[in-house]
Amino acid sequence: MGLLRIIGKRFYRNKLSLAGAVVVFLVITIALLAPILSPYDPAEIDLNNILSPPSRSHLLGTDELGRDVLSRMLWGSRISLSVGFVAVGIAIFIGVIFGSIAGYYGRWIDTLLMRFVDIMLTFPTLFLILAVIAIVGPSIFLIMLIIGLTGWMDVARLVRAEFLTLKERDFVLAARAIGVRDIRIIFRHILPNALAPVFVVATLGVAGAILIESALSFLGLGVQPPTPSWGNILTSGKNYIEVAWWLSLFPGLAILLTVLSYNLIGEGLRDAIDPRLWGSEGE
Amino acid sequence: MVPLIFGITLITFIIIHLAPGGPAEIQAEMTLKASAQAIENLRRLYGLDKPLHIQYIDWLKRFILLDFGTSFVDGRLVIQKILERIPITLTINLISLFFIFLFALPLGVFSAVKRNSLFDKVTTVSVFIGFSTPHFWLALLLMILFGVKLGWLPISGLQSLDISDMSSFELFLDRAHHLILPVFVASFGGIAGLSRYSRSNMLEVIRQDYIRTARAKGLKDREVIFKHALRNALMPIVTILGLSVPGLIGGSVIIETLFSIPGMGQLFFSSAMARDYPTIMGILVIGAFLTLLGNLLADIGYAIVDPRVKIGRR
Repeated sequence: MGLLRIIGKRFYRNKLSLAGAVVVFLVITIALLAPILSPYDPAEIDLNNILSPPSRSHLLGTDELGRDVLSRMLWGSRISLSVGFVAVGIAIFIGVIFGSIAGYYGRWIDTLLMRFVDIMLTFPTLFLILAVIAIVGPSIFLIMLIIGLTGWMDVARLVRAEFLTLKERDFVLAARAIGVRDIRIIFRHILPNALAPVFVVATLGVAGAILIESALSFLGLGVQPPTPSWGNILTSGKNYIEVAWWLSLFPGLAILLTVLSYNLIGEGLRDAIDPRLWGSEGE
Repeated sequence: MVPLIFGITLITFIIIHLAPGGPAEIQAEMTLKASAQAIENLRRLYGLDKPLHIQYIDWLKRFILLDFGTSFVDGRLVIQKILERIPITLTINLISLFFIFLFALPLGVFSAVKRNSLFDKVTTVSVFIGFSTPHFWLALLLMILFGVKLGWLPISGLQSLDISDMSSFELFLDRAHHLILPVFVASFGGIAGLSRYSRSNMLEVIRQDYIRTARAKGLKDREVIFKHALRNALMPIVTILGLSVPGLIGGSVIIETLFSIPGMGQLFFSSAMARDYPTIMGILVIGAFLTLLGNLLADIGYAIVDPRVKIGRR
């Protein structure tokens, strides 16, 4: 508990990261309350109000079908949120299993698994994702899955590195000496001690996943209309670039703010858990 | 190296078989979408009637000869389509890389040296905003501001419509004019990333004993920073250069698509949209190999600048 408290305190002291945490909390709240908060039905078409600029009745304007941009953005936050969490969840799941098995067993198992990691790392991520989507066809679940499947390698390397040192520690030797099974040693004894840096990568990973999803949706290979996502509202922004700046400005701002917040949290966590920085104040 | 190459080709091969229902499904779909010729090409390229492992070996053989087959879209050789896209992408990315290094290194080094100063704080926050900004959004905003509202810069393509009576110098200016926005957007994220990286490297080095020694023996700050610290801090940058090799050719799907620049990224995107499998696979494999090559160059480069590293021993 002592360690957690130190980390919490150090994180709390970092004002930028704290601000990030507040924004993320707000975005999650907004996503959960989207049906209540939205002034309009996000799919409601109003052909009398096409591409109208921000006004009192439509705070962030309307799109090419007269749909309320604010409402679509509020609902779109659900996409960003779920893609971020599910994709990173998948990445962590795979990464932890690969990393802990490689690190714990070492030798040829380690070589084999890490070689696979190397191979995965040689593919340009966005190209790989686009190729798979092009072949299988775009869907929100595929996007979560594929972002997760192309994003677990960092986690695996990190967990492996932690395992390499942790497995030599006395408590592991003790557990092994009294005959605890490998699976239990890996997941109950070592893994909890290896998780701190994983949280950092996970937080930064959520930021990355949100960026990728928005880019894919923007390109038309992500979340498909009429389901609103921040990325595909920006597609309208591009199509009506000459007349409707609000379609470009606001969704992008939402992406920026959300991604920035996750990045700040991640960085704050990294500093907070890095013992080399403990005691050095005023960062 | 060899297992990596084997793995890369194997994964690429698996991806082509990902289509629901496997190759048979692709064939069926192709009958709707493409000509009989295209289906024949596909079948020949992947030998879809043969068992999987034979298909893979056949494909691998062709692949070694850079034979990626012909495009479904226009029936041209995939390798030819790829080669003609390389120059423009390479140009844009080399220019961007130049700007990235030009701005990022001083930014990173100075914020490390002046740690916790106002300059450092402003840079740090800007850097975070920099790599949290979606490129395509930045591009959109710049297009709206400089293209639509102010009318200063063109927002798409590589040249103006009427270039027939331009001198070569005017042509050059016209080209440069068109490249300003794409290059700016392409450099933006890179500057953020690299300056952060060089800042943390510099901080790491400043903490070392030999820097303390240099200070202790009374050297001037300037001398310590530029002579002792900087060299060591910049060594890992060689790695970055190597790692940017695939990006140089691979290009940016998003930027090229958005600005209608006929480079590799745009080729990949349009191929993906058209489900032009041979082209998709060709670019994917080439991309992976360039990454491999880049890693190798990075290792070699690092071994050259850092005498502590010996090649062949990790």
